[in-house]
Amino acid sequence: MNDVLLEVKNLRVVFHTYRGIVQALDDVSFTIHRNERVGIIGETGCGKSVTSLAIMRLIEPPGEIVNGEIIFEGKDLVKLNENSLNTIRGKEISMIFQEPLSSLNPVMKVGFQIGESISKVKNISIKASQKFVRDALKAVDLDPERVVNLYPSELSGGMAQRVMISMALSTNPKLMIADEPTSALDVTIQAQIMNLLDELVSKMKNTVILITHDLGVAAQFCDKILIMYAGTIVEFAETKELFENPLHPYTKGLLKAIPKVGNKNKIVGIPGSVPDLVNPPRGCRFHPRCPFAMEICKIEKPTLKTESQDHLVSCHLYR
Amino acid sequence: MKLGNYIIKRSLLMLLVMFGVVAIVFAIVHVIPADPVGALLGGNAPPAVVDRMKEQLGLNKPLFIQFIDYIWGVIHGNLGNSIQSGRPVVQDIMEYFPVTLQLSIVAIFISIILGIFLGIFSAVYRNKWIDHFSRIFSILGVSMPVFWTGLILLLVFYYILGWLPGTGQLSLFVIPPERITGMILVDSLLTGNWEAFWNGLRHIILPAAVLGYAATASIARITRASMLDVLTQDYIRTAKAKGMSKKVVIYRHALKNALIPVVTIIGLTFGGLLEGAVLTETVFGLPGLGRYIVNALLNLDYPAIMGGTLFIALIYSLVNLSVDLIYAMLDPRMRA
Repeated sequence: MNDVLLEVKNLRVVFHTYRGIVQALDDVSFTIHRNERVGIIGETGCGKSVTSLAIMRLIEPPGEIVNGEIIFEGKDLVKLNENSLNTIRGKEISMIFQEPLSSLNPVMKVGFQIGESISKVKNISIKASQKFVRDALKAVDLDPERVVNLYPSELSGGMAQRVMISMALSTNPKLMIADEPTSALDVTIQAQIMNLLDELVSKMKNTVILITHDLGVAAQFCDKILIMYAGTIVEFAETKELFENPLHPYTKGLLKAIPKVGNKNKIVGIPGSVPDLVNPPRGCRFHPRCPFAMEICKIEKPTLKTESQDHLVSCHLYR
Repeated sequence: MKLGNYIIKRSLLMLLVMFGVVAIVFAIVHVIPADPVGALLGGNAPPAVVDRMKEQLGLNKPLFIQFIDYIWGVIHGNLGNSIQSGRPVVQDIMEYFPVTLQLSIVAIFISIILGIFLGIFSAVYRNKWIDHFSRIFSILGVSMPVFWTGLILLLVFYYILGWLPGTGQLSLFVIPPERITGMILVDSLLTGNWEAFWNGLRHIILPAAVLGYAATASIARITRASMLDVLTQDYIRTAKAKGMSKKVVIYRHALKNALIPVVTIIGLTFGGLLEGAVLTETVFGLPGLGRYIVNALLNLDYPAIMGGTLFIALIYSLVNLSVDLIYAMLDPRMRA
């Protein structure tokens, strides 16, 4: 296909710790097309954020990309040096983070921080970028005259996330990665921020990776959903297909665990807990918690295979 | 503006501290069982002379009255007359202090530059050879006593190599500049006396290096720790994600945040240099305030001891006040 924007192939990321080598990502492969909105969903520690940081090449020691390719518009990001990466970061791929308040530099005015991004991409001085900064702030419904001169400590969480969004989108990147953009915010603010993101991204036609553990948010926002478990991809399908026809036992478990209004039955969780990634289970990483586990699951790692049209699953039940 | 209120509040607090310092020093000086008159006149002076001397110095009055008198004097900028030199203590301090001040300024300048850069490199190249080198280098700085480092440097650079002059502020044959601030480097610059400036600069290199090197360690260590902490913060990741170069990330985004705790240490260190330069001053034969106070102590010169101590406490408080103001400049959160 020609409109492939990002292709991640066999990505392995490890973290060297005192306890041993944490296998944070194990052989992760997926493809994202232009103008798609892909949600990456999983529990805490399943490798969602590591995946996004790896795409930005922001994995810092003790973390390390040990294998794989991240092909963005034909260039393998894994092989690029820092200088070339810095022409992509912020300009082609930008990112917003979970904690908006701590993600802004406390000693710099908001206007300066947004201007920094714009000035780099447009190759103008930060001062000259202030006109664009105002436009960027207006786009996220903030009062530019007031906000440019504020310091991050003077912003609320919602305002700070708006500032982060304006910073990330001010350069009109081809790909935007949003790493749990709303988990640190109040529910009402969450909805506002997601609506704002939706509106802006529709207008500017950016491709988006949304990382979240909130299936509801992902269902509303994303075209496709990728489910991760313990550093592996277990299922990848269009949103509607995934919700209507989940294949992997883990996905089924997740969907069952969503509380619904009016449902008096007790919420069913997935028994057991997330494995220790220093010493992950052999074979399928989900097998110790899987109600359908077979002998082969303990021995052989399942590969991500196309089960039906655009529906990929990694499970021995389907072969 | 809120900053104004803050300064006034801090200044009032400082007055209180000053009063406390006067009271404590006064009490300690008068409690020690020593006889300044005896020290001044010798043990065999006739009682009539001793009494006259006591009256002259005001030592015959009750302690409380002496204290009130002293406070009254301090308020009017009068710290009494030095028993030894016979001149007003204020005048003595004004003569000796600039030497210490100049030495400390050059020393702190050296240690700030050295300390901050060592700290940054240590943090950025953590656990690489440059980090180990800078840590060993700065640990040596605190571990070696200044009088020892001073003597070694004198031995090498003055005695063996002959690159730099030995002791004193100026060479014997250099005409000192007209006295304006009392700091030879400043005065010679102001009067355009280049010979004295050059000579004075060469004289100050060794003592300032000794003093500054000792102070480098704490600054380097705090910078390193603070920088390491800042470099793991979320906003640094944001800066990297924006595609900022390593230089911009370190010097623009990280350094300003990392310097906030460093400023405190610089302030404290500078205060420490001002009062602790005595060993360096002794080794290098500089007529500074540290030596003045030590001499006053050895000679039981009450007014000089009290005046000197009070003055140092005042300077220390002023340095701390300016540290707080610099804080407010660096960190917008402090201004609220």
